[in-house]
Amino acid sequence: MHQTPLTAAHRRAGAKLVDFAGWEMPLHYGSQLEEHHAVRRDAGMFDTSHMLAVDLAARGDDARDLLRYALANDVAKLREPGRALYSCMLREDGGVLDDLIVYFLGDGRFRAIVNAATAGKDLAWLEKLRAERAPAVSLAPRRDLAIIAVQGPNARAKCWAALPETRAASEPLAPFCAADAAGLFIARTGYTGEDGFELLVPAARAEAAWNALAAASVRPCGLGARDTLRLEAGMNLYGQDMDETVTPLESGLAWTVDLAGPRDFVGKSALVAAGKPARAFLGLVALERSGVLRPHQAVRTEHGVGEITSGTFSPTMQRSIALARLPAGVALGETVRADVRGKPLAARAVKPPFVRHGKVLVRADE
Amino acid sequence: MNVPENLKYTADHEWVRAERDGTVTVGITEHAQEQLGDLVFVEVPEVGRKLNAGDACCVVESVKAASDVFSPIAGEVVASNTALADAPEKVNQDPYATWLFRLKPADAGDLAKLLDAAAYREAVEAAGKG
Repeated sequence: MHQTPLTAAHRRAGAKLVDFAGWEMPLHYGSQLEEHHAVRRDAGMFDTSHMLAVDLAARGDDARDLLRYALANDVAKLREPGRALYSCMLREDGGVLDDLIVYFLGDGRFRAIVNAATAGKDLAWLEKLRAERAPAVSLAPRRDLAIIAVQGPNARAKCWAALPETRAASEPLAPFCAADAAGLFIARTGYTGEDGFELLVPAARAEAAWNALAAASVRPCGLGARDTLRLEAGMNLYGQDMDETVTPLESGLAWTVDLAGPRDFVGKSALVAAGKPARAFLGLVALERSGVLRPHQAVRTEHGVGEITSGTFSPTMQRSIALARLPAGVALGETVRADVRGKPLAARAVKPPFVRHGKVLVRADE
Repeated sequence: MNVPENLKYTADHEWVRAERDGTVTVGITEHAQEQLGDLVFVEVPEVGRKLNAGDACCVVESVKAASDVFSPIAGEVVASNTALADAPEKVNQDPYATWLFRLKPADAGDLAKLLDAAAYREAVEAAGKG
């Protein structure tokens, strides 16, 4: 199993370590629920070094042009250095190869951060496109960088307390922007629905940064809390909410796909030809407390049967929530029934997110 | 691993305590709650339900997954800890003091078929190595 520069620190902290996409990662350090609340109410940190930063660079606009063709969202939106964009990378048939964040670093350079399980596939795909269309672009996987996500209402302040040398460069950052700060790459992004930073740290400095954050009372959090936080925030998880068999338009990600402009990109013609999707991607809030919505449970509606793609217990709402692919006729507010261990469980169709910045955004009353 | 000597166990990670009145009390072991993680939902059996040994009669659900609890021996449910519906975390906090249900055994001799603390500890350790 692969280890991150922080695995030994997790083991010392008593983490329950599990195999995640071939990486030995912390699931929790004792209580997943307490870790979840720490991020909603104060500050928590996650080791996400299993994800891969990939740098693309060339003189002129070659790297930009390559990414404008490779990604469904348009990196031309990134005019100033430091700006970030969320996008899917598609197959020719419109299926989702991966979702990623891409940062414009300036001077024809970009940095994409891709999922761990898909990193090898993504690199091979980008290499193929590079060789065909933009051989001048260099493609560099950055396994020399650890990634620490510090998230929560007090995350930025605690980050500055722990790593004061990064404050000058990171304090002016608006959401979805990044900058180099004292040898670290700091982005005001995340996967929790809270404010905070994602820090890309040279591997040799990772443990010192982690320990300094812990000393500033940033709570270590595992992948368990990361999943309940991102689901409350209505954020998709690749491999669960979308994969190569579905398009972004069937995955609640139409907002990330630019179909109107003249730009061509991989998968565009397939998405245009497919037209309006027959399935909608919605949130569900359980109206009963008699069970937990889980992936692959069938959802019965007046318009046919759908399926839950992600489901869990929401620690903030104290009831179960889910993301589901449902027949397109299902309206927001409609009551549907999920098959939970052989029994129907009533749930309301809602528009995600469920929780942002500590506040519940959907109606959960019966 | 905390495995009290005064209890009996099943390979499915339930603990069983013989009471003076002839009934038995059932819960899940510390190892079981640790594997499940934070519990968020517990469904206990109805009082009066007749169970065979090995019947799935209870559900403990964590943030991570749902898991069945099986009846360790045949008998009739004489009490259920319905208070757990509002406080499932008690199972995590003190698994051996937090009971799920009580049975009146069909045959008191069945208790002898269950694992003792040493045998249960061995079973968990063997599974961990496998």
